[in-house]
Amino acid sequence: MIRILLLLVMVLALIVPFFNRVEPSLFGFPFFYWYQIIIVPVGSLLIYFVYRAEERDAGEEARK
Amino acid sequence: MTYPSASIVFFLLIAIVLVLGFIAGRWKSGEGNIGHIEEWGLGGRRFGTWISWFLIGGDAYTAYTFIAIPALMFGAGALGFFAMPYTVLIYPILYVVFPRLWRVARAKGYITGPEFVRGRYGNRWLALAMGLTGILATMPYIALQLVGMQTVIGALGLPGHGPLIAAFIVLAAFTWTAGLRAPAMISIVKDLLIYLTVIAAIIVIPAELGGFTAIFAKVPAPKLILPPPPPGSSGSYSAYASLALGSAMALFLYPHTMTGILSASGPRVIKRNAVLLPAYSLLLGLLALIGFMALAAGVKTMPQFAAGFARYGASFAVPAVLLNSFPGWFAGVAFGAIAIGALVPAAIMAIASANIFTRDIWTQFFHSPTQRGETLAAKIFAILMIIGALIFIMKIPSTYAVQLQLLGGMWIIQTFPAVVFSVFTRALNGWALLLGWLVGIVSATWLVWQNHFTGAIWPFHILGYTVPCYIALATVVLNGIIAAVLSPLFQMVANDRVRDETAVSDYV
Repeated sequence: MIRILLLLVMVLALIVPFFNRVEPSLFGFPFFYWYQIIIVPVGSLLIYFVYRAEERDAGEEARK
Repeated sequence: MTYPSASIVFFLLIAIVLVLGFIAGRWKSGEGNIGHIEEWGLGGRRFGTWISWFLIGGDAYTAYTFIAIPALMFGAGALGFFAMPYTVLIYPILYVVFPRLWRVARAKGYITGPEFVRGRYGNRWLALAMGLTGILATMPYIALQLVGMQTVIGALGLPGHGPLIAAFIVLAAFTWTAGLRAPAMISIVKDLLIYLTVIAAIIVIPAELGGFTAIFAKVPAPKLILPPPPPGSSGSYSAYASLALGSAMALFLYPHTMTGILSASGPRVIKRNAVLLPAYSLLLGLLALIGFMALAAGVKTMPQFAAGFARYGASFAVPAVLLNSFPGWFAGVAFGAIAIGALVPAAIMAIASANIFTRDIWTQFFHSPTQRGETLAAKIFAILMIIGALIFIMKIPSTYAVQLQLLGGMWIIQTFPAVVFSVFTRALNGWALLLGWLVGIVSATWLVWQNHFTGAIWPFHILGYTVPCYIALATVVLNGIIAAVLSPLFQMVANDRVRDETAVSDYV
């Protein structure tokens, strides 16, 4: 179930009408650019949550 | 020599890397027998998290990407930034699909994707189709690596094919002796150089140009974001999203990326890399913005770069801005990084194609050799791939390489249903998958031909609504539907489920 986060990563990357705008800009970067740069580490973090949760489950199963 | 200090640094770096390639033959050589194809062509499946990170990163984010994406930003604007969602989407796919594929490959001794498909369906013709698709899609890809290398050699003001030929003779030599270990070792140096270059560029160039606000202000409004779709059409939005998704689905199906993943030492290494590899995406995003920096710096109108732009087009944007903003020696470092960034994937592409040739064509249809004979066949084919790419690039204009690479992406994605679905289910039928593949290949090629081999997007009309979509994505959906619909029918007539040599326990 935790893998639903992977789906979230894909949604974040594909909602083009949402991020195709100039404002609000950040440090001179239009929204279109900083949003798409930010989703890279956000995506990585979400995949890390999935990995950690699954490793923990696998560890518990092994102890049973 | 127009830029002496840059050229000296450039050649020094190339020389260091070539020496490393030969040392790699001895690296970890105590642990395995290089005469075995799993050792030569897959590094003995022994690469841990960090080596895999460098190897897959150096393999998937090629020199061509580093030249072409900023060039696309420079020429077409915001559209070129699809590289960002593209390289975000590849990691959920990597995480879900490839640990399972790695397990079954390890259990059954597969070293290529098509081999897995053959084992799963007991159908060597289906595997042949997958294998040929892989090799054909890889050929223009290798050629484009050489184009990337040629662009930086040309930017240094070195005429002729001499340096390129020299670099590739040595590439062929260490590919022969060290196999996959050579690019694995070189990729460490290459990636560190690339990170260094991009971080320096992202600090130095904006400072020269008055900050990012000033850079974005100089980008013409139509290039800054995507144009809003006209009424009755999803316009640039569906084009952008489908380009990102289709490219992401295709990436890890290429023989060279598949080889990179299968050479990992375990499923956990792959999962950890789905977390760690996005660092390269970040790098690519920053690099893409160099295309805008080139616009803002106005390198296109500078007389010293006129010849370069006339010869290489928008691809010259990155070399020009680096030469313009950096001292000569550092431009040499940057160019060296790009050139080595071409050698690493080129070597892996040649090795991966050779693995496919040996395991899916040669031993299946012609001759069943000994272990040593198998490795020899692979080595010979790898050298032929390298020579072929070199001849291709010298005899044929590079625009053809770009067009063939476009077509290659359309073809390789057609292996998605057979490879990816089969990792999870055996409900499909091998012959149905082969028919789906055929329809996908033919329809994609036909649509690209209608676009005169230049456009990747096709406007589909659905109930009076226009949906511009990446051709690869639309045709692979068609391919998957055909395979899914025909499979139950085919299974009734000739059920091929008994031919599956893999067991459920091989995947988990």
